[in-house]
Amino acid sequence: MRKLVPTFVLHLVLAIGAVATLLPFGWMVSASLMPKGEASRWPPSFLPSRATFENYRELFVRLDLRRCFLNSAFVAIVSTALALLIVSLAGYAFAKLRFPGRSKIFRALLTAMVIPAQVAMLPLFLLLRTMGLVNTYWGVIIPALAPVFGIFMVRQYALSIPDELLDAARVDGAGEFLIYRRIVFPLLRPILVTFGVFSFMGAWNDFMWPLIVLTENSRYTLPVALANLIGEHAQDIELMTAGSVLTVLPVLLLFLCLQRTYVEGITLGGIKE
Amino acid sequence: MSRVAVGPYPRAANLFKIGAVLGALALAGCSRAPAEKNATLRFWALGREGEVVQSLLPGFERANPGIRVQVQQIPFTAAHEKILTAFVGGSTPDLTQLGNTWIPELVALEAIEPLGPHLAGSSLTPGDFFPGIWATNEIEGEAYGVPWYVDTRLLFYRSDLWARAGVERTPRSWEEWREDMRRIRALPGADHYAILLPIDEWAQPVVLALQTRAELVREGGRYGDFHHPRFRQAFEFYVSLFSERLAPPLGNAQVANPYQQFADGYFASWITGPWNLSEFRNRIPPERQGDWTTAPLPGVAEGDYPGLSLAGGSSLVIFRTSQHKDAAFRLVEYLAGVEQQVEFYRLIGDLPARTAAWDDPVLTGEPRLRAFREQLQHVEPMPRLPEWERIAWAIAEAAERAILGQQTVDRSLDQLQTEVDRMLAKRRYLLDRRGKKGAP
Amino acid sequence: MSTRAPARPRASRREARAGIAFIAPALGLIVLFFVVPVVAGFLLAATDFDIYGLGDFSTARFVGPGNFAALLHDPVFWKALANTFYFVLVGGPLSVAVSLGAAMLVNARLVRLKGFFRTVFFAPVVTTMVAVAVVWRYLYHPRFGLLNQILASLGLPDVNWLGDPRWAMPAIILMAVWKNFGYNMIIFVAGLQSIPTTLYEAARVDGAGPWQQFRRITVPALRPMLMFVGIITMIGYFQLFTEPYVLTGGTGGPLNATLSLVMYMYKQGFRWWNIGFAAAVALVLFVIILAGTLVQMRLQRERE
Repeated sequence: MRKLVPTFVLHLVLAIGAVATLLPFGWMVSASLMPKGEASRWPPSFLPSRATFENYRELFVRLDLRRCFLNSAFVAIVSTALALLIVSLAGYAFAKLRFPGRSKIFRALLTAMVIPAQVAMLPLFLLLRTMGLVNTYWGVIIPALAPVFGIFMVRQYALSIPDELLDAARVDGAGEFLIYRRIVFPLLRPILVTFGVFSFMGAWNDFMWPLIVLTENSRYTLPVALANLIGEHAQDIELMTAGSVLTVLPVLLLFLCLQRTYVEGITLGGIKE
Repeated sequence: MSRVAVGPYPRAANLFKIGAVLGALALAGCSRAPAEKNATLRFWALGREGEVVQSLLPGFERANPGIRVQVQQIPFTAAHEKILTAFVGGSTPDLTQLGNTWIPELVALEAIEPLGPHLAGSSLTPGDFFPGIWATNEIEGEAYGVPWYVDTRLLFYRSDLWARAGVERTPRSWEEWREDMRRIRALPGADHYAILLPIDEWAQPVVLALQTRAELVREGGRYGDFHHPRFRQAFEFYVSLFSERLAPPLGNAQVANPYQQFADGYFASWITGPWNLSEFRNRIPPERQGDWTTAPLPGVAEGDYPGLSLAGGSSLVIFRTSQHKDAAFRLVEYLAGVEQQVEFYRLIGDLPARTAAWDDPVLTGEPRLRAFREQLQHVEPMPRLPEWERIAWAIAEAAERAILGQQTVDRSLDQLQTEVDRMLAKRRYLLDRRGKKGAP
Repeated sequence: MSTRAPARPRASRREARAGIAFIAPALGLIVLFFVVPVVAGFLLAATDFDIYGLGDFSTARFVGPGNFAALLHDPVFWKALANTFYFVLVGGPLSVAVSLGAAMLVNARLVRLKGFFRTVFFAPVVTTMVAVAVVWRYLYHPRFGLLNQILASLGLPDVNWLGDPRWAMPAIILMAVWKNFGYNMIIFVAGLQSIPTTLYEAARVDGAGPWQQFRRITVPALRPMLMFVGIITMIGYFQLFTEPYVLTGGTGGPLNATLSLVMYMYKQGFRWWNIGFAAAVALVLFVIILAGTLVQMRLQRERE
């Protein structure tokens, strides 16, 4: 009996919090389904008078957002795939392979983490220009293929691989790459899956760098396309919210499916020293 | 926040195959130059023009088999930035629409092609266009762009609200204007601001300054001239419109749907440009279509009417890096053709730069255009400096500071002067250096 | 250092070669696309390389500390600096506090549907900032926005969220906290779950109230997590860019109230192409982040 009041209060507070958190999303979806002009009518209403998909149709047909969707997908998938390979190799090497200068190099990488990306941005842009990579997908993908945070996470995890396993394989005559492929890579799977989710979401949501590098509509990723759209169509609230829904939906769905892994990954990263 | 990247992959053995595929993709992604025979022109168009110009292109492509045009639409707010970024990044298109105030900048960067040789072999002549507008395309005697459409700013207003407030004729002088605005503001009922002047735009304060014949910069563009009494007069007039609550102190971001609010009477007039002719026709509800019209700007004093406005507009320019300059020029000629100029007006309401197009019945038959025709006889170009865009923004920001009460007019002008002088420091250095070398 | 396990065979040359080969791609990318640009950034910060320089190299001059002097004399720089610190010093602790609060609520013994609430609170984290900012830009509209409607229904006056210089930064902070609190909440939940409940029971038996339990048990147990969360939140918040960019349409208004340091750098560098000057701004950002990190670490260590 004594527990009833605190339980009720707790749930009430949580419920209010949940509503407050979800309210912007709710309005976003609702406005996206409103006919043109309804979202800025006075007095304003939360729900559409009649639900319509005309805004979505306009996005796909007239403004070719489907192209940007594919661009985002391409960039996210490719950068995730490549980064995974690069980061897992490096993380494993730093954890388990003994080579001269290993700890010095790793410590140097850690200190590099403190330097904000903005210091490198302008010169990097000029560098990409000399390489002819401005306004290409690779200009967006390449600079982020070797994130130190990723190497760090994989290394932490790889430290737990028993040395005996590796030594035994070596004694059996296996080459280092074979060991990596057959033994290490499968063992790293949990951390790599987590990382994959992180990477995909990070690449999908990335804004500032694609904004700088991509100068052509047909190459824009969704966030850049959305910002571009609001430059010209700020008054078309219904259209803009539909664009937001499109941008948000894939990652939200991905998250709902892979919740557990994603959440585990964060806690793994957070608990470690 | 910088992002974290990683990704999952099922089987290591497949990685090599995937690597090969990705390698091939890499080569495909990096290569760019199209074949020479069938040229594909990359054409950047800004704002609504970008959406509308697409319907003009099939005609061009039919008349020029083998040339295809790919239009890229860029919002005006990001256009200046995007064009420069593309230039720096080496990814410029073949030709682009360019606000004519940006021409000096691109010329200083040696980014665009002088069009003299192309014009020599073409039927186009400078005399085909409004003289004040053609002048904005010439830098040191060389033509770098062909005018596409002209732009100026004047009053769009709710004729029914003005009538209700007892305003019998459109104002001729600043004083009369202020009186009229006060009357509109005093209308009973819901909020009726007299005018919308988005505080994050530079066109309005600059237009007022032009009307007073203030110079804006002095000594060949080496220093700002903002302490001059004429500029000050314009600046103070502009700020007073807000302190008297005749205009709402809102920026573009806070006016979500100006067309709706104009129709609702939230503000009774708006200083804006010709592109809004078609926007008004499309977005204002049908029952209100008879309640709005246009008028030239008032002048400072009664005798100055109509007041001066911007000699704005866009030109078409060709980048030096283009591989298809001849084909690009043919597109320029096409779009400057009288027929296309009239058609373009019909589609979007942009005013033809080609004087001959104004005699077409489509234009002569539109009463709301008369104000524009009149205003275009009274336009003044802005200082033709590469730094102009920055200076214009600084003026808007100085006005914003005074309007929102963060600084007094004096302090705003002081800061504006300091900022602009700093912006022009490099220009002073280069002009002096050139002077020493004795080069023209 | 193995003390109990038998000594491992010495590293072979093959192992060493493999090690270097494995880190080569990552290292190569980092050196070419990060280290080199950073060094170049340092060098550029000492020149007045600008848009004229892009057309003609010879117009650029070496100015040494000139850019930094110009920075110190630019009132807009100081505004950007103040805004960024405002965001970090108010938004940071607020974000951490909300995350911690949410974590404790979600983790409470009496709560059902923990998983559901955790998911709901975490949802904003995974969404794209741009999409979120687009939606919030409308939520903040003075007339039609949901926020002012809610205020009106509570009898409170309208707030000109993005138009009033006093409210613009709080508006950004509110949105940023909403978007991010789920992330740190998850970390805290993990930490809270690792605290044995027996500690709390013992404390209650000793007569300790909930606040004392919080101070004496929860906070010390979460200390390493608090430091980690504090530092990454701070570093992320110093790099504020996307939120003001989308909410104000790239201006940093009203009256530069939402102009962050990175946005100032972006405007100078990618809009006006004052490359040398922008590089100097980036360096200042780096120094600030470094100092902030060291300060936080020192503070935490002293408390232990």
